[in-house]
Amino acid sequence: MIPTVPQPSFAKWCYRAYVTAFFVYLALPLTVVCVFAFNNSVFPSLPWEGFTLAWFFGTEAPFIGVFHERAIIRSIGTSAFVATWVSGLAVAVGTCNAFLFVRHEFRGKGLLYMLMLLPLIIPGVILGISILVFSSSVANTLEDATGLWFDGLRPGLILVILGQFSFITTFATLVISARLQKFDPSLEEAALNLGASKWGAIRQITLPFLTPAIVASAVVSVLMSFENFNTTLMLVGSDSPLTITMFDKLKQGSTPVLNAVSLLLIMVSAVLGMMSLLFQGRKR
Amino acid sequence: MASDTSRLGFYLLLAPILLWLVILIILPHIGLFIVSISEKIGPREYETGFDNYAAFFGEPLYWRTFARTAIMSILATVLTLILGFPIAYYIAKLTRGRTKTTLFLMCMIPFWVSELVRTFGWMILLRETGVISNALQYLGLVDGPVEMLYNDAAIMMGLVYTSILFMVVPLVTTLDSLDDSLIEAGYDLGGTSTSIMREIVIPHAMPGIVSGCIVVFMLSLGNYLTPILLGGKDSLWFTGMIYTQFITRFNWELGSAFGFLLLALSSLVVFAGLKLSRQSLIETMGRT
Repeated sequence: MIPTVPQPSFAKWCYRAYVTAFFVYLALPLTVVCVFAFNNSVFPSLPWEGFTLAWFFGTEAPFIGVFHERAIIRSIGTSAFVATWVSGLAVAVGTCNAFLFVRHEFRGKGLLYMLMLLPLIIPGVILGISILVFSSSVANTLEDATGLWFDGLRPGLILVILGQFSFITTFATLVISARLQKFDPSLEEAALNLGASKWGAIRQITLPFLTPAIVASAVVSVLMSFENFNTTLMLVGSDSPLTITMFDKLKQGSTPVLNAVSLLLIMVSAVLGMMSLLFQGRKR
Repeated sequence: MASDTSRLGFYLLLAPILLWLVILIILPHIGLFIVSISEKIGPREYETGFDNYAAFFGEPLYWRTFARTAIMSILATVLTLILGFPIAYYIAKLTRGRTKTTLFLMCMIPFWVSELVRTFGWMILLRETGVISNALQYLGLVDGPVEMLYNDAAIMMGLVYTSILFMVVPLVTTLDSLDDSLIEAGYDLGGTSTSIMREIVIPHAMPGIVSGCIVVFMLSLGNYLTPILLGGKDSLWFTGMIYTQFITRFNWELGSAFGFLLLALSSLVVFAGLKLSRQSLIETMGRT
């Protein structure tokens, strides 16, 4: 079944129909989420009551739009705060890891590389509870020993940041390493010959070369952090990020305001996703 | 002197990764295991023992849910492979240039969107007052509203939807690297479509199939949102039980034991998958 080998046209059409059906299946849930954001009804379901923008800009109950729903606005802020930290930390550690794995040979490198990949195969819920259990026992020990309070080690934003960072760093490391591997070391040597210091050469030559990968992994980290649910669920305290707030609202019974948030999320994710591909595409 | 500074540089690079892996991955998992083998005998008094694991095997609800989660995850993995393979083959072999990029992108867009939004979309489609139920009534295929949410089929469909990209991407990558001339040669030598699929395409795609299956299985096993939101009252999922023990019941010891069992199962499957296909974790997961 390749273009150069003729196939019966009936089989070809069946195949095309299947592929089309598959893409409809992919697009369907997102499409309905977006469409019902404009339904002038208090339930995100049929019948269609007419077009409205109230779920975005509405101010009167029950039609309170996203931009006036304080809980959602606040949780978007929380998510942005968490995502900024996670992305910054993950990219910083990921860049160090890339240099370590690409530039250095040492005993136990294979083992360390395997350990670095482990977070990919640990289910998010387990990652969450293990960090929760560990930080609570550390907090208990410290509190017993010193008599002080260690709120940072209790469920809350710090733990959420650490929990997301613990697996997103692996992705950042992989993306940045892949780019660093393609770097021609003779460029750096040339800089050294021309009198640059070791750090100067890295800053002037190597880091600019890595920039596309660094930006791409930062964008992907923000995206993954914004969307993470499993790990966050176990570590969250009183300030909940967007996905947790939406989940709580969904369980209580939803209004189309959730569709409106989702529509905004879909747009932002699509833009960020495209951006990451664009930056990664530059490495070819 | 030069070697001293490079040694220093090496240790400076080694510090962050060690801090990350030791504090956030290794120690927490050791801690999880220690908590899972401690039994509460009084307020803040514990002793070591395997009571929590005994409780798991002694209570049918627990191990049945565990088995159910495992079996449904395997089923979801098989379904994803069967549904995803033709798509990957189509993208890799039957399209070229811009069409290929577009199709590939169209596959990816849904997965940049939060899982919560995707699941919400399925709820709108499948619920009693939902789009599909109304469409069926409009077409006259059914008389009254149909509830398609809150059953195992809905969970299965949600799981496949959530993880199909992780099957399609590695498959497209491996199928892309298969030279068309090998398939042509197969036809020239008198092979049929089936035998070529079996003798040439599938063996070549094996690395992609294995890594796709591993990722999909793990994602299904560790999924929380899909079974909770799409499943009914009886559709228990093991991650949901872990959540209940931790957050609702506040029984961290039993919850840790559950978590450890889930981790053991997922590691075992990853390990077995890699052994069966004679691949290493680094080759399979390190592909970006």
